[in-house]
Amino acid sequence: MKRILILLSALAIVAVIAPFTGPFIILLLAQVLVLGIVAMSVDLLLGYTGLPSLGQAAYLAVGAYLTAILATKFGIGLGWDFWIVVALGIAAGAATAAFFGLFAIRASGVYFLMITLALGMCVWGLAYRWNSLTGGDNGLNMPGRPRFGIQLANDLTFFYVVLGFFIASLLALHLLVNSPFGKSLVGIRERELRMRILGYNTWLHKYLAFVIAGAFGGLGGVLWAHLNGIVSPSDVLLPASVDVLLMVVLGGPGTLVGGLIGATVVVFLREYLATVVPWWQYVLGTVYVLTILYLPGGIMALFKGGGKR
Amino acid sequence: MNRNVLAVFTALALGSSPSIAQELKIGFLAPMTGIFAQIGKDMENGFQMYLDEQKGNFAGAKVTFIVEDEEGKPPVSVRKAEKLVRQDNVHMFIGGLLASTGYALAPVSSRLKTVYVLSIPAADDLTQRDLDKFPYIVRTSWTSSQPHHPLGKWACDAGYKTVVSVAADYAFGHEVLGGFQKTFEDCGGKVVQKIWPPLGTKDFGPYIPTIKRDADAIFSLMVGPMALQFPKQLAEAGIKKPIIGGGTSYDEFVLPAMGDEVLGHVSALQYSAAIDTPRNREFVRKYREKYGKVPSYYSESNYTTAQMIHEVMKRTNGKWPGPEKFISTMTSLKLDAVRGPVRFDDMRNPIQNIYIKKVERKKMHGYDKDELWNTVVKTYPDVSQFWTYGKAEFLKQPVYSRDFPPCKHCQ
Repeated sequence: MKRILILLSALAIVAVIAPFTGPFIILLLAQVLVLGIVAMSVDLLLGYTGLPSLGQAAYLAVGAYLTAILATKFGIGLGWDFWIVVALGIAAGAATAAFFGLFAIRASGVYFLMITLALGMCVWGLAYRWNSLTGGDNGLNMPGRPRFGIQLANDLTFFYVVLGFFIASLLALHLLVNSPFGKSLVGIRERELRMRILGYNTWLHKYLAFVIAGAFGGLGGVLWAHLNGIVSPSDVLLPASVDVLLMVVLGGPGTLVGGLIGATVVVFLREYLATVVPWWQYVLGTVYVLTILYLPGGIMALFKGGGKR
Repeated sequence: MNRNVLAVFTALALGSSPSIAQELKIGFLAPMTGIFAQIGKDMENGFQMYLDEQKGNFAGAKVTFIVEDEEGKPPVSVRKAEKLVRQDNVHMFIGGLLASTGYALAPVSSRLKTVYVLSIPAADDLTQRDLDKFPYIVRTSWTSSQPHHPLGKWACDAGYKTVVSVAADYAFGHEVLGGFQKTFEDCGGKVVQKIWPPLGTKDFGPYIPTIKRDADAIFSLMVGPMALQFPKQLAEAGIKKPIIGGGTSYDEFVLPAMGDEVLGHVSALQYSAAIDTPRNREFVRKYREKYGKVPSYYSESNYTTAQMIHEVMKRTNGKWPGPEKFISTMTSLKLDAVRGPVRFDDMRNPIQNIYIKKVERKKMHGYDKDELWNTVVKTYPDVSQFWTYGKAEFLKQPVYSRDFPPCKHCQ
C-alpha cells in the first residue's frame, strides 16, 4: 500500500510539472503512460502468473484498429461516444484474448511464448492483408482526437486523460493482484502442481488472467490510436510485443509499477536520446544487459521492498 | 542629432541586409536503420550535397538541417515529425520513404500547419483525390503511376500483347501496376495474370512456377532487396521472357549489385543516372566523387528538392515566407533540374520528363569501366500525373488498387 502511495504522489508531481515541459515531452509522457498500461497487463501474466507472453501487441492492435475503424468508417468515438469506444476496446481486447487463450493457456514456458507469438502474427496478417477494413499497409489515419466539453486535441488535456486511465488501471490491477485471486496466480507461478493438488482449477485461473490482460491491452490500444493519430500494421509487429515484455523485465516483473518504470526508460532512451546521438541503441542494449546480469528483479529491485519475489 | 539619425539608418540597413543571420530549419525524415537504411543514406546524401554546394546558405538564410531516422515505419515517422516540429521548430519537414509513410505524414502537416515536402513518397492520392485535406504539402518527386502510364503505352507500341505482373503487394505496388495496366490495356494489350508477393519477399520460389508460360512479357515491381532476388531467380528458373519493370525494380540504388541477368530489362522513371546531358553528367561525377557511388533517383530527387527550396528562398531574399506563401511560390517554379525541366500542375505534383530505360553494360560519362547503366531509349516530355486523360476524367476513376483496374483477362 505504501508503495502505491509513493507512486501516486510521484504521478501527481509529474502531473503538476507536465504543463511546464515542452510540447514534445508531453507527447512522450503520454506515450509512456499508454505503454505503461500495456506493460502492466504483461506484468500480470509474466510477473504474477509466470506466463511470458510475446503477443501482447495483438490486443493493443485490436483496440487500436477498432478505434480507428469506428472513427474513420462510421464517425463513432469522436465525441461523448469516446467512452463507448473505450468500453468496446476493452471488450474487444478481452474477447480476442478469450479466444486466443483457448489455444495458448494449454502450453507453458517457451511453448506459451511461441504460441502467443504466432497468434500475435495472425493479427498482424489480418491487419496487413484485410485491405478493405484496415487499409492494409497504409494503415488508418485518425480524423482527430475526440472532443466532449474538453478538447483531447490539446496534448496537455489528452495527457491528463491518459494519466487518469493509467491510475485507474493501476489501482484496478493493484486490487486484483492483492485479492485471493491474485494470490492464487502467484501460487500458480511458484508451483502449479501444488495449486492443482490443493483443488484450484489452475487452467481457469490462468485463462482469466490472460483475458484480463487482453482487456487492458485493448484499453491501451484505444489510447494508442488517439495518441499517434495513425494505426499501422507495424504497430502490431513482433518488436512491439518484445518492447513491452522488455519494459516489464527492465522495470521489474511482479511489481506492476515496474512496467511504468521500464516504459519510461525505453521511451525516453528511444525517442529522446535517439534524437541526440546516433548510438542510442548501444545504450539501450547495455541497459538491458546490465539489468539482466546484475538486477534480475529489474530496476524496482533497487528500491527497498521492491523486486522481492 | 545627425549622428543619431545615422545610427538609426545604419541599424535599419544592417537589419535588412542578408548578412544578418536568418535561419531556415529543415527537418529530414529517412530510414537510417532497418532494411531500407541504405536508401535513406542515398536520400540524405542528395540533399546534403546540394547544401554543401551552397555552403549551407540559401539566399542569406542559414540552413539548419536535422535528420531523423524514420525506420521505414509510418508510426515512427509520425512521432519523429512531431518531434521535428514541436521540439526543433522546423519550418518544414521533408522525406519519408514508403508510400504508406507519405499517407501517414500528410495529416501531420495539416494538424501542425507545417509544410511537408514529399521528396520520395509516391502515394497517388495525396496529390489527387485527397489533396484538399492537405493544404501544406507539395510533391517534388512523382506519383507511383506517373512514369508507368507512358511505360504501358511504350510496351503496347513495342508489340507486347499479353503481360503477367509480379508486383510487391502494397499500395505503391498496386498504384504502379495500375498505371501500367491502364494505358497498356487502353491501347489494346492484356494483363493476363497478377501475382502479388508480399513486400520484402526474398524467395520467389512459390511464385515463379505459376507464371503463365504463353505471356509475351513479365511486368515486375520490386522494392529494395527484392529487386536483386527476382531477376536472379527468374534466370535460374530458365525463364527468358522480356521483362518490363516499375522504376524501383532497376533504379541506380540496386543496379550496381546486379549481374548480367538484367541486361535488356526495361523500366521507367523520371530520372536515370545515364541521362546524357551536361547537367546530369556533372551531377553524377560530383556525387560519385563525394559518396563513391552512382546517384539513384532517391539522391537526385532530394538534391532537386533542396534546389527548389533554394529557389523559393531566393525569391523571398532568404526570409521564411510562411507556409501558405512557401507552397504557392514553390508550385509556381519552373526549374531546370538535373532530371530535366520540371514544373508543377495545379495539384502540386511535378510535370516532368519520363524516361523509358533499358539496362545495358557499357561505358558512360567518361568512366573507363564497363558498368550497368539505365540507358534512356525513349523520352516522354512533360508528363503529368494524369497522362493524356485530362484531370477531370482521370479523377473520376478510383485510385489504383489491387482490384482496380480489374483483371478482366485473368482467369
